[in-house]
Amino acid sequence: MAAHRCGFLPPLFILCALSVLTVTWTQETIPLGSHRAAAADSKPTDTKSVAQTTEQLAVEQRQWEATEVEEATSAAAAVSKQDNSSPEDVVQTSTPKPKDEFQEELVVRPLHSGDIYASFQFRTLWQTDFTRERKVSHYGLFPKSLGQVISKFSVRELHISFTQGYWRTMQWGQPFLSSPPGAELWVWFQDTVTDVDGTWKELANVLSGIFCASLNFIDSTNTVQPTASFKPLGIGNVTDHRFLRYATLPREIVCTENLTPWKKLLPCGTKAGLAVLLKSEKLFHSSFYSQAVHIRPVCQDWQCKTASWELRQTLNVVFDLHNSGQGKREWSLFKMFSRTLTEACPLASTSKIYIDVTDNPEGEQFELSPATALLSQAVVLGDRRTFSVYDLTQQITFGTVRSLNVLMRWKSSEGDMLRPLLHAERYVAGYGLQTGEIHTLMYNNHPYRSFPVLLLDSVPWYLRMYIHTLTVTSKGKDNKPSYIHYQPSKDRVRPHLLEMLVQLPPNSVTEVTVEFERALLKWTEYTPDPNHGFYVGSSVISSLVPSLVALDTNSTWQRPLFSTFFPCKEESSYFVRVYTEPLLVNLPTPDFSMPYNVICLTCTVVAVGYGSLYNLLTRTFQIEEPSPGLAKRP
Amino acid sequence: MGRWSHSQLSMDEGHVTHGGTVTLSNALCSHSQTEMATTEVERRRGQLAALSIAAVVIIVGVPLWWRTTETYRAWLPVSQIKEFATLQLLLSVDVEVVFSRGTVSPEQQKKVPMTQTQDEEHRVDENTALKYRYEIRYRTATIMEEDALKQPTASDADLSLHALSENPCGSLVVYVIPESSSLLSEDVDVYIGQKRTAILRLGAQMRVGRTLEQLLAHLEPRIKKILHMMSFSHTDITAALSDRVRLAPGNRENIVDSMRAFKSSPGYEITFSLLNPDPKSHRLHWDIESAVETYVQPLLTKLAPIANFSIDSQTLYYAMLGVNPRFDISRSSYTLNAESLAHVINPVEARLGSNAASSNPVLNFLLYVPDALHSPLHILDRKKQAVHSNAFHSPRWGGIMVYNVNDVYGPEAVLPVDININMAKVMGVFLAQLRLLLGVQSSSPPPGFVVASCSSTGLADWELDRLMWSRSVENVATATTTITSLAQLLDQIGNIVINDNIAEQVSSAVTSLQLAVAELEAGNLGFALQYSKEAILASERAFFDPSLLHLLYFPDDQKFAIYIPLFLPMCVPILLSLIKIASDARQKRREKQAKKD
Repeated sequence: MAAHRCGFLPPLFILCALSVLTVTWTQETIPLGSHRAAAADSKPTDTKSVAQTTEQLAVEQRQWEATEVEEATSAAAAVSKQDNSSPEDVVQTSTPKPKDEFQEELVVRPLHSGDIYASFQFRTLWQTDFTRERKVSHYGLFPKSLGQVISKFSVRELHISFTQGYWRTMQWGQPFLSSPPGAELWVWFQDTVTDVDGTWKELANVLSGIFCASLNFIDSTNTVQPTASFKPLGIGNVTDHRFLRYATLPREIVCTENLTPWKKLLPCGTKAGLAVLLKSEKLFHSSFYSQAVHIRPVCQDWQCKTASWELRQTLNVVFDLHNSGQGKREWSLFKMFSRTLTEACPLASTSKIYIDVTDNPEGEQFELSPATALLSQAVVLGDRRTFSVYDLTQQITFGTVRSLNVLMRWKSSEGDMLRPLLHAERYVAGYGLQTGEIHTLMYNNHPYRSFPVLLLDSVPWYLRMYIHTLTVTSKGKDNKPSYIHYQPSKDRVRPHLLEMLVQLPPNSVTEVTVEFERALLKWTEYTPDPNHGFYVGSSVISSLVPSLVALDTNSTWQRPLFSTFFPCKEESSYFVRVYTEPLLVNLPTPDFSMPYNVICLTCTVVAVGYGSLYNLLTRTFQIEEPSPGLAKRP
Repeated sequence: MGRWSHSQLSMDEGHVTHGGTVTLSNALCSHSQTEMATTEVERRRGQLAALSIAAVVIIVGVPLWWRTTETYRAWLPVSQIKEFATLQLLLSVDVEVVFSRGTVSPEQQKKVPMTQTQDEEHRVDENTALKYRYEIRYRTATIMEEDALKQPTASDADLSLHALSENPCGSLVVYVIPESSSLLSEDVDVYIGQKRTAILRLGAQMRVGRTLEQLLAHLEPRIKKILHMMSFSHTDITAALSDRVRLAPGNRENIVDSMRAFKSSPGYEITFSLLNPDPKSHRLHWDIESAVETYVQPLLTKLAPIANFSIDSQTLYYAMLGVNPRFDISRSSYTLNAESLAHVINPVEARLGSNAASSNPVLNFLLYVPDALHSPLHILDRKKQAVHSNAFHSPRWGGIMVYNVNDVYGPEAVLPVDININMAKVMGVFLAQLRLLLGVQSSSPPPGFVVASCSSTGLADWELDRLMWSRSVENVATATTTITSLAQLLDQIGNIVINDNIAEQVSSAVTSLQLAVAELEAGNLGFALQYSKEAILASERAFFDPSLLHLLYFPDDQKFAIYIPLFLPMCVPILLSLIKIASDARQKRREKQAKKD
């Protein structure tokens, strides 16, 4: 309004014919000109505005009021008429190039155990110049809350995952994107950040609010700075690990309250597209549930001249054959999610469902309905897989019933699974509450090739690791790690960090053991249920595993989302990250009513001692003379 | 002690009585005079021992226990805080009255007083008093100013006057022109310029035969009127004091006005949200970036002394209103009633998202494009008339505008339709709402006043001054209430820990408050606002410091409960022996009395 009064001409008006311009100009200034202009006007207008203010007061008692920008009916009408005729409001013929992009996809993979694995990926690209420091920021498809977090905390990359349950690699094979049980957060900051620890703490608190999670428990005692295991996944060559922070909360319980804010980040919400399937009562009735948010800068095109932010929201869920499937090997979208699909998200540029049919080339294992002619091949985790594709942007996919319910009905349950090449597990050995031993087993199931793995272990300070007892053996022989980074813990300040580069011989088990001593905690440091035990986060094993088929290293633009997360630099090997089980360790636990008992007991002892001393000091003692009467009696 | 017990033990052959205290009857110890003397000595020694133990416990033990279990409380400037309980605010404005040629005769010119101070006192309630001081300086116009006033129109004159001098923040210049001047049109007496100047025309009755006193008396009420318009009026200031003072129910209008605007805060977040409930039919494009740049940014740059602003925008899809609009056949459109507007926002607000990066208040501006099935949508006011701007605002929250697009495309259009939103129209509404919500008051000028249309910034300097006056007073009022209630709270609850940093914040708040009040008295508006902002920040930080809560839930009775097993067995013997000694002494005195008798 003010801008109008001051005589600024919006550039769009230049387009208008001069006559139209003058007419609209005078007319528009009237409604926008507020009372001051009105005062100069004729009297009726003035009284009208008074009447309006009184009326407005009446409305205001209900907290709402009509904005009093309007003054004259005719002027407003003229304005709206003008709007219709002016060229800028008219339907555009040419679609402008979209600034943001949104893609969604669902991959369904039948597992050999009879369970079914569904993996959602939503990808939002935000084309913005994020190196520029500006106060104004405008968001289209990208969620504002995360955008503000990125710009306020100068985040370069942010990866956060919430997982309920443990991924059983030996039964289910490798997931598309693995995550440890509980919550995991790792962040690369820009190199302009000076106080990384302070920013990290504040960021964790803000994310805790956004995702309704207990990320505020992330502090220096569970944060580490890995030197080699976590490299930036997006573009950028900052690899100075001073700007990296990694923390896990293995105790975190993931439930609906974490899913709701995650769904809110999607541009279509749960109103349209694949996200309508995300019903929490079904998702949390499963063997494994994991949701994640990954933000990183990526190239806009294959030349990589400009960068844009990529937000990947992934959700992985494994439905149990007996629990969710009632023991019948027959899976459908409705059975999994109690919903069917009717439309794609109108904002999505691609919206697809992939069904893994690699083990079912001729349809001899299971029958897929409705049948689709679309097949796609992709190299995932070093293996060439075949997928049936349903493209939701095509109306024909939904058929005559206008609803898509993909159904898989098994005919036979034969066939065996390819053993995953890399697999790991971990346990605590030992007895008593004083010492123990952590065993980490890493399996290389490749028949003839050895490959190196990076093992990262972050152990809380209350397990005092004896690093001199560290042994790495494979096939009964000592296996000397080629790189060891060890940062000892400080009590109540920071955890142990152990990183090793170990070469795994072909077809072998490599065992890493280290002894530890359990520390006694202060009585306020115990959790509310101390007898449950204390969690130790999963070990992280990152590796480049030799691929069975040659990988395509160049264009990743047209490939399905699930196969493009980790950047692929070599043809012969692919990156994989494996998490072990978290450990549950019992610490010596005191009786918590003890302090009061101790106080009472001490006080009693003091009181007894004090009482006798007092008597001794203040009383006089005398010899009882035998009374003369008694003496005389005999 | 050892020696004594030895001698005792060596003496006795029978058993040692341990039971009763030393009340020896004469009959028992009559047989030996020396033994009686020893017992008497013993008795005295026992009493002395009991007394000294009691003394040690009282002089050393109790203070030691008290000191070790006491909470840390840093020193607070309590007496200075108590002074703020009664607030005396003095606001002083510098006004320069410039007489142009033809308004005063040369003889009168010499007699014109240099300065004149007028005080106006108001008592708002028993603890708050306001005093306005107008320092009016009179002078005659310089030649350059005379030239400037010869311009054909008032706005031109205004512009050329600005070029001559720059007035400090908070001050005013009133140019008095003769009645015959053609600068202002017939029915206009006062012209209020873009900056801090006003042009006042003398009334007709002042033309001939006036004395200087008459002239000044004639000018005074008019200058007051200009002052109320351009710097502050009593109603503004009392509205700004609403945090401190409970307004009488009669002042309903003021309350409504003051409740609409956001509370004073060091920063605001402005969020523009485009709500598109129907992305299948409408593909909306809004050029918010350039719209913000051209319309909103100039205003905010001008408002920079008041607060920091940050702007962002977002687009929300499938965002539904909370009310189903009704179809009105007579209007052939969907309508939303004024009564139902209160329910509109709740479901939308859940998706707006709070600002993760700051805790400043958020001003929300929503542009709602109704879905194709519910178009067009009109808002009805309480008289069932369509609101022409199709917008409404909610006090201290933001505004919503409904933007109908159904007439842009015909029924044969291929969905989704690309639609460019006319940002000039939208921003006009949003800016009006923004001004209201920020408290830039556009109270209607009294008759005979003309207000200059403002410059490209969208805000005249005097409007900014007006806002700064009320904001400074509001900040001072809020900070004083915060600080006094904090002091009161800390005084009432004894076991709150007061750390040094809180004491520091409180002290700095008090200092800033004193400075702000002093600057208001001196009429330095800019500094006053600056100090009042610092005061409010420091006082809020002290008030909301989490360390104040730490020991609040560890009350005294629990402390005593823990120590009772120690205190009870220790204190009972001491008390008993003290009572004993007292009763002995009394008995002895009575015996002495009896002997005397």
